[in-house]
Amino acid sequence: MADVGIVSYGAHIPRFRIKSSEIAHAWGKDPEIIAGGLGIIEKSVPSPDQDVATISVEAARAAISRSNINPQDVGAIYVGSESHPYAVKPTGTIVGEAIGATPVIKVADYEFACKAGTAAIQTCMALVKSDMIRYGIAIGADTSQAAPGDPLEYAASAGGAAFIIGKENVIANINNTCSYTTDTPDFWRREGRKYPSHGGRFTGAPAYFKHITNNAKNLMELQNTKPEDYNFAVFHQPNGKFPMKVAKMIGFTTEQVKQGLLCPIIGNTYSGATMIGLASILDVAKPGDRIFVTSYGSGAGSDAFDITVTDKIKDLQVHNAPLVSQLIESKEYIDYSTYAQFRDLLYED
Amino acid sequence: MVREVAIIGIGLTKFGELWDKSFRNLISEAGAKAIIDSGISGSEIDALYIGSMSGGRFVGQEHVGALVADSAGFAHMHIPSIRVESACASGGLAIRQGYLSVASGLNDIVVVGGVEKMTDVVGTEATDILATGLDQEWEAFFGATFSGEYAMIATRHMYDFNTTREQIAQVAVKNHANGALNPYSQFKRPITLEQVMKAPIAAYPLGMLDCSPVSDGAAAVILCAAEKAKNYTDKPVKIIGSGQASDTLSLHGRDNICTFESTKYAAKMAYEQAKINPNDIDVAEVHDCFTIAEILAIEDLGFVNKGDGGKAIDEKITTIDGNIPVNTSGGLKAKGHPVGATGVSQIAEIVMQLRGDADKRQIKDAKIGLTHNVGAGGASCIVHILGAM
Amino acid sequence: MTDGAVPRFWREIPQRYNLIANQCGVCNKVYFPPRESCPYCRRKSMGKMVQKKLSGKGTILTYTIIYIPPDHFIGQVPYPLAIIQLDEGPKVTAQIVDAKIDDIKIGMKVKATFRKIHEDGYIGAIHYGYKFKPAEVNL
Repeated sequence: MADVGIVSYGAHIPRFRIKSSEIAHAWGKDPEIIAGGLGIIEKSVPSPDQDVATISVEAARAAISRSNINPQDVGAIYVGSESHPYAVKPTGTIVGEAIGATPVIKVADYEFACKAGTAAIQTCMALVKSDMIRYGIAIGADTSQAAPGDPLEYAASAGGAAFIIGKENVIANINNTCSYTTDTPDFWRREGRKYPSHGGRFTGAPAYFKHITNNAKNLMELQNTKPEDYNFAVFHQPNGKFPMKVAKMIGFTTEQVKQGLLCPIIGNTYSGATMIGLASILDVAKPGDRIFVTSYGSGAGSDAFDITVTDKIKDLQVHNAPLVSQLIESKEYIDYSTYAQFRDLLYED
Repeated sequence: MVREVAIIGIGLTKFGELWDKSFRNLISEAGAKAIIDSGISGSEIDALYIGSMSGGRFVGQEHVGALVADSAGFAHMHIPSIRVESACASGGLAIRQGYLSVASGLNDIVVVGGVEKMTDVVGTEATDILATGLDQEWEAFFGATFSGEYAMIATRHMYDFNTTREQIAQVAVKNHANGALNPYSQFKRPITLEQVMKAPIAAYPLGMLDCSPVSDGAAAVILCAAEKAKNYTDKPVKIIGSGQASDTLSLHGRDNICTFESTKYAAKMAYEQAKINPNDIDVAEVHDCFTIAEILAIEDLGFVNKGDGGKAIDEKITTIDGNIPVNTSGGLKAKGHPVGATGVSQIAEIVMQLRGDADKRQIKDAKIGLTHNVGAGGASCIVHILGAM
Repeated sequence: MTDGAVPRFWREIPQRYNLIANQCGVCNKVYFPPRESCPYCRRKSMGKMVQKKLSGKGTILTYTIIYIPPDHFIGQVPYPLAIIQLDEGPKVTAQIVDAKIDDIKIGMKVKATFRKIHEDGYIGAIHYGYKFKPAEVNL
């Protein structure tokens, strides 16, 4: 599957941060134990005027600005999230208007917990490869909510990334992709409810680990590769511990995972997590670098990608938009009461 | 103008939170007082002109012209009743329209009233209704408020001219001192500079005491062809100049945020008609919806140079004892600001001054007075000049 | 109960999302929001107004910090509001974001960003549009 790949990319992480110690204090928990157990120091918080639409627009505009693409040549936009601003009325159309890609364009919103964005990448790949569109934009973004006092509160954060998929001036070839999907109820949110529910420890072995390890194995079999063949690996990151553990289980090293592992300092951006991790890797990758990407979405499924960076990455005007490291560094801390106000925690479900 | 016009009677309700009085009560009371003051019987009235900003949103009532004609007991006379609107300059506009109808010979005697009943809605709703005078699409939509717009003028005025926060605040102190002498005013106690400076912030740098209040009230005057005025009263006052001007709806559309061109053009029209200069004015009622608005007004009306408004306050030029007393009634700030009534009540205050009836607020030998009524953030302005007959 | 009023705000999406202005084909003056004709060139400009997308870059001319907001903005105070002179000429009124209140100054260079302006309660439409952030490099 040569020819199709990433032509440009962009990310957005809201500025505000809350430390996990601040949340722990609010709930009378020991901050050391929380930080140690979850591996999360602080997470990003959207301001009241930010949501998945605004984050997606920032990421998409960043991706467009780094390339020479005419927005009118974008043939499709798919936005994956579990916190779309509307249950009915797509985020994708708002992004389409905001980047000037409308009206001749295919749009839909995706949901598959944290892997909705990578599913969008697969769709764009197929549309490009079949010549149905010239460029497609796949976005994964979230401003996910966790119930106050629930352990998820330390992780649920906000952010997103956009990838422009095409055949021309590809900066990173997507050599292959595969997915592993079962009906596994590890984490869900019912229609109309504000906060998700989860199966506690059930979210581990039968969910996250099973789907990622099996999918990764399948992809490497298809591609006839081993972990050592890759320069970078990025996994879905619901906390700071799981990705390290699964990397080890598959055979990847800390060195390979480091660049894409952002959860400890921005939390779990859900549909944005794997994708922002990939963006962070592309920010530093060199031509010829090979990247292994495996996302995970509860419910449950995993999408994996085998990517090789091309020479064209040098032509990308990457400094037309902030690097992931710059987005991470640009921050302002808030306390729990401001966080409660921002995240609308004071209203009943 | 074809012929001169005089004011032969005035009437005012108290201004304030008047829970017991409805919109209809207020305008009827003011109208009745004006008719009694003028000596006419009522059957001479040719038409009614009413200024009211938003009967629709404050009391759910449009068709205000008809409502007032009925409440005031004129429905059976079937005379024309015209309601005009120009945001906070609705009252001044009603005066001008009534004036033009008499000056042109169309009418001999008209009643001009201004009324607003602002306390039948909650405070936040009143603020939103007032903001309908701003540009709804391009200012209010993005989070602008009335106080926010004037606060931005204050920020820039301080930057351009070194006007100080204390000078701006001093306007409120002066006007409350005057208001304490006015039996009709909403606030009758003087305030200190410290109180103004420490009041909770509405929109930085303006605090709650920099802002005129939400008020109920009404005012009315009787206009009569000057040649017939002495048939009814021995203390008529002539309208010797009338001017009106418009400007961009949004504050950001102006060339210069610290100048209200609408004031300058309306004033120019009035000064030219009256054949006088700004320094011929003995007393003025200007539109101090916010403290900074009075500073702009005395500059744009030509009482002081542009940028010297703050200094003028320091030098006490505009106090009752000063060279050009401004807002002897207490202004919108202390007298109250029932929006549609304001422009008409300003006329009533100047009439009292020129008749010698202003009691403790009286300016000695006042012969020529000016009223200045502005719509929202300066998108419209009406200026009148009155002279003792 | 919602505001309704959806078409009224929908019409202005090109302006609010992308700062689409227009320019007089005769005197070149730029207008935002766009005008049917140029107030100065009048009938000579009719049919000659040309669409123009603004860069979003501008300078703060004046500002305030709103503490008492309109109904729709309760819960957001205090927020900075400014009049901004865009590089191409027109001026707009908009909120300033991503800046410390003490850092906001007349003359500060800013650039437009995409944010929620307000939502019509919990069940009504969400309206997006421009706010401005400090024009530091890249962010």
